[in-house]
Amino acid sequence: MSARTIDSQGNALTYATIEPDVGLKAALAMSRADIIDTVSESGLKGRGGAGFPTGMKWNFCAAEKADLKYIICNADEGEPGTFKDRVILSRYADLVFEGMTIGGRAIGATLGIVYLRAEYTYLRPHLNEVIKKRRERGLLGRSVMGVDGFDFDIIVAMGAGAYVCGEETALIESLEGFRGEPRNRPPFPAVAGLLNNPTVVNNVETLASVAAIFARGTEWFRAFGTDKSTGYKLFSVSGDCQKPGVYEFPWGITIADLLKEVGGEGAKAVQIGGASGVCVPARDFARRLAFEDIPTGGSVMVIGPQRDILHVAENFLEFFVEESCGQCTPCRLGNPQMLKAVRLLEEGACPPRFLADVKALAETMTVASKCGLGQTSPSAFLSILEGFEDEIRDRAPSA
Amino acid sequence: MAAPQTEALRADIGGLVDRLGPGRASLVPILQDIKRRYHEIDAETMQVVAEALDIHPVEVYSVASFYAFLGSRPQGVHVIRLCGTLSCDFAGKDAVAEALRRELGVEFGETTADGQVTLEWASCIGMCDQGPALLVDDDVHTRVTPDDVRAIVAACRADQRRADA
Ligand SMILES: Cc1cc2nc3c(=O)[nH]c(=O)nc-3n(C[C@H](O)[C@H](O)[C@H](O)COP(=O)(O)O)c2cc1C
Ligand code: SF4
Ligand code: FES
Repeated sequence: MSARTIDSQGNALTYATIEPDVGLKAALAMSRADIIDTVSESGLKGRGGAGFPTGMKWNFCAAEKADLKYIICNADEGEPGTFKDRVILSRYADLVFEGMTIGGRAIGATLGIVYLRAEYTYLRPHLNEVIKKRRERGLLGRSVMGVDGFDFDIIVAMGAGAYVCGEETALIESLEGFRGEPRNRPPFPAVAGLLNNPTVVNNVETLASVAAIFARGTEWFRAFGTDKSTGYKLFSVSGDCQKPGVYEFPWGITIADLLKEVGGEGAKAVQIGGASGVCVPARDFARRLAFEDIPTGGSVMVIGPQRDILHVAENFLEFFVEESCGQCTPCRLGNPQMLKAVRLLEEGACPPRFLADVKALAETMTVASKCGLGQTSPSAFLSILEGFEDEIRDRAPSA
Repeated sequence: MAAPQTEALRADIGGLVDRLGPGRASLVPILQDIKRRYHEIDAETMQVVAEALDIHPVEVYSVASFYAFLGSRPQGVHVIRLCGTLSCDFAGKDAVAEALRRELGVEFGETTADGQVTLEWASCIGMCDQGPALLVDDDVHTRVTPDDVRAIVAACRADQRRADA
């Protein structure tokens, strides 16, 4: 509707210094196997939250024999507190499309699909415009960059307002015209995804990183971060801090150092990874954001000293009660029970026996739920109960 | 908000199917377009869409009711969706919610009597660094104050059609 993009503050991003299509050119000069090896060598892990090694995922898909394959860019960005994909798509869409094109070449796909959340509909004209320009410049379409036999195009498909559709199999159901209910896995999408064809699903930031890796090289990329968490990461920072925005840091930064950068030093806790992540109390701010310690898709919500920690838990559980697809029992029943327990705790009126039962139920959810939503929705609840035992116990019963 | 005339509706849906293809994958985009134009997906519409895609109307209902931006209930010409998630909560979403209730005279989940505006909660809309945030149809408003609400609502009331419908 409006062409306005609502940009975020933050620090300088490496993506701003990457010249578009240098990486694509380099990749298209390689064999398909070498492209995948390069991604594996870089150590790149998925930036959408789960952290699956990107090279390995591409390799599974490339190994499948099929006439049709797809690469999907997951732009559903529904995790509370996450907005870095919005910033990447508004500023560096070319890099994302470039990453998709490189991925398409590597796995043998002819079509890339961007699954854009309904809430970002205002970005759609911009993305279509960038795609159109890429077609005009021969960067999409028949024989991309003059490479014989490499036909690849990209389209944008819209979500319709469902957090669970960010889960890759629910996303595929949604694209096929069904309710966004996660599938049983295996088979994984890399084997049987969209319309049963082999499909790679990657996060927006993962794909932009691919473009950067091919432009600058794996050595360059590995120089950032840690052994098991190579490269840099964008963090979406919001909540009680002076300078909320999108920040780039190498993996391995401590929470304390991050808070210093964003003006959030006084925080009593930080929620890492959104509603499905963990709540880290101030005494643990020396912990690191990395796959070795606290893995994350990059949502950092700063919780100031004035906040009621139970209110935080309540807000997240309301979110999950609303967003659970209701398909499986542990998640459908478990989220309302956790919410009930938190509300009773807020009143200082939660019977210990009930709390113990709900905790046990929460543990069950983490193993018995069908998809990541129900497996992770207890994390905030459990980490808040553990990290803020005193604050919660000392709660006076309300009259 | 009156239900569209059957003939016009059939023509509209026929046009959408021509453009998007007769496959099942067209279902969500078709429903999105219908919602945009008519602000509701009623029983008759579901029937016509089902025929056009050769699926059972129950399938259409089941999909429409799953997605927050589709839904089978009628909505106003404009939909205001206020983010209720944590960072916007910290930033003061409750005061904005109160101003919206007062200005519109409806609760969340309701539509004004003149059928112009529906008020809803949204889960995080990805503007957490600039909260409180809300969507008016597809348009994003950030750092909304209770004082801004009057102008936002007035614009919705003045605009009889969605600009993109
Ligand atoms: C409930 C749920 C929501 C998710 N939402 C997103 C999302 O919005 N964006 C995203 O990239 N991944 C999301 N994921 C993870 C995807 O399932 C998938 O792992 C990811 O897109 C893979 O990309 P990557 O390997 O590049 O990170 C979600 C997972 C779950 C369980
Ligand atoms: S865990 Fe929750 S969201 Fe996932 S399939 Fe089960 S009910 Fe649906
Ligand atoms: S918390 Fe409101 S936009 Fe994310």
